[in-house]
Amino acid sequence: MATSVTYPVPGPGPAPALGTAGFKAPAQASLWSDAWRRLRRNRMALISSVYLVLLVAVALVAIVHTPYSYREVGVATPYSGPSWAHWFGADILGRDVLSRLMVGAQISLIVGVGTQVFVVAVGVPIGLLAGYYKGWIDSVVSFIINVFYGIPDLLVAMILLLLLGPSLNNIIIAIVATRWMDMTRLVRGQTLALREREYIEAARSSGAKPAKILFGHILPNSLGPIIVQATFGVPAAILFEAFLSFLGIGVQPPTPSWGSMAAEGLAAIRIAPHMVIAPSIALSLTLMAFNFLGDGLRDALDPRQKR
Amino acid sequence: MPTPILQVKDLHTEFLTDGGVVKAVDGVSFDLYPGESIGIVGESGSGKSITALSILRLVPDPGRVVSGQVLFHDQDLLQISGEEIREIRGRDIAMIFQDPQSSLNPVLRTGFQVDEAMLAHGKSRAEAHARTIELLKQVRIPAAESRAKDFPHQLSGGMRQRAMIAMGLANAPSILIADEPTTALDVTVQAQILELLGDLNRDLGTAIVMITHNMGVVAGLCSRVLVMYAGEIVEQGPVEQIFENPQHPYTWSLLRSIPRVDALRHERLRSIEGLAPDLLHPPAGCRFHPRCPFRIEKCFTDEPRLQEVAPDQLAACWVTMGRARKEMGADDLIDIRPGAGSGVRKGELTD
Repeated sequence: MATSVTYPVPGPGPAPALGTAGFKAPAQASLWSDAWRRLRRNRMALISSVYLVLLVAVALVAIVHTPYSYREVGVATPYSGPSWAHWFGADILGRDVLSRLMVGAQISLIVGVGTQVFVVAVGVPIGLLAGYYKGWIDSVVSFIINVFYGIPDLLVAMILLLLLGPSLNNIIIAIVATRWMDMTRLVRGQTLALREREYIEAARSSGAKPAKILFGHILPNSLGPIIVQATFGVPAAILFEAFLSFLGIGVQPPTPSWGSMAAEGLAAIRIAPHMVIAPSIALSLTLMAFNFLGDGLRDALDPRQKR
Repeated sequence: MPTPILQVKDLHTEFLTDGGVVKAVDGVSFDLYPGESIGIVGESGSGKSITALSILRLVPDPGRVVSGQVLFHDQDLLQISGEEIREIRGRDIAMIFQDPQSSLNPVLRTGFQVDEAMLAHGKSRAEAHARTIELLKQVRIPAAESRAKDFPHQLSGGMRQRAMIAMGLANAPSILIADEPTTALDVTVQAQILELLGDLNRDLGTAIVMITHNMGVVAGLCSRVLVMYAGEIVEQGPVEQIFENPQHPYTWSLLRSIPRVDALRHERLRSIEGLAPDLLHPPAGCRFHPRCPFRIEKCFTDEPRLQEVAPDQLAACWVTMGRARKEMGADDLIDIRPGAGSGVRKGELTD
């Protein structure tokens, strides 16, 4: 680990002279800070992080202020292109596209992050239990996972949305129902491998309870892959929501979603291409940013890469 | 004679594999007295580690303790509930493992892991933490306060093993089972760890079960030794007696194969001929007979039982080294191929 960074040496004793080469990072500068240091060196991941921070800021600002009301009709000439007053033009009903994009960002982020919160909440405990206890629990879980993989995503989502009705909460439920398997399977695999480690045996031999072993030993060791998986899960969920909204079974008007905006724009693509282009670019940039960030996190959290 | 603190009676542990049943531990019995330190020696696969894991019911799948008793304070550890055995693990009987590198959780701070060993048995976080520092000092980790905050990869191998020992001692157990605790360490560190274990045995009165393939470790630490071969105890007795006067040909071969500094310069290292037996198909008769230089006809068919060959010393052998020395010139034997001493070579034809 050749580095020009000088760390202060921890512990008692006289303070080291300035410039003493730090052969070893101090105790606190381990694991997570190592990962953070590696992530910062990944330019694409860094640019993506900046973009995502801006996106979150825009979504937050949209709560209190948008240039125009996202739902007010006729603030501009319908189909009019970009102008100083309306940077991204107006849509069929003369609504301001920028304002609608900003609210759409809220929807995308809520759906993307929200689904992953639930995917983690569902997948991690189930995966831990299946991987640790094996036996019939694992057989049942694996069977259910395979069944879910067998049914087309869209079918599951459509049926759920038809049954529950197309609200934002229900969209999240529908996406979780089609996306929980990857996380569960990942955690199950991690647990299967980790449960055979000597330190798990050592913990068991010191009288640790199963809950302690699962959440105190196995979970912390799987955190890296879980974070990466969740990060890749965010753009997948955003895309799926956009797709559902594009089909008209997602977020319902007048609430804008990037997917439904693109669908509306498609009808007028010849006369007002900006109506498709603006939400598509927002969507693409966001998906790319999350994927680059996921890539960067995967490299940064991989303990085998000690650069 | 005091009463034993731990009695293992006729322990049988089997592994169900695709190829059949592997009898990893086949009728092992021994007693451990309070404050005593015993060694279990044997080659890889002789069942010594599985014996230790069986005591705490930690045998990995697909292994199963099929019969026997492990008596600790008048209760059979093999019969009590999962919750009860969990209480005993770490509190009354603690275990330390071979590889300190992989026995500590890499993502948790060392001191935190020592704390955990106590939290599992009802101490508060604050109490545990205070005792952790004390324990780390006791196992002679320098700058214990700051080391407690280190992650395992920031410690040296010897220090990690000390931390493991500190975890083992956390609840002041009456028995410490050490499964090859020095194998992964270099020689000077080995010596330090053994000295530490010896001191703890003396000062705290912790009984130690030392599992090793290293006769030197046993000589340095233990008062009694059990020699295991192919899942069975073939010889047991006081350490000095066994070292001076081994009665089982296997023990004799093991001791003979220790490299000596005073050996003739060009003398070849002595090994034991042949391979450890396949436990899926253990040999008939005495399990050591395919490799034994002193086997007789009876060894091919009849299995010997442990019997007293000297005061306190038991060996499972039809011949025993006393007879091998007198009648087969064992001490002058250079060729130690199977049957070399006794002249019974029949096995080689049928094997």
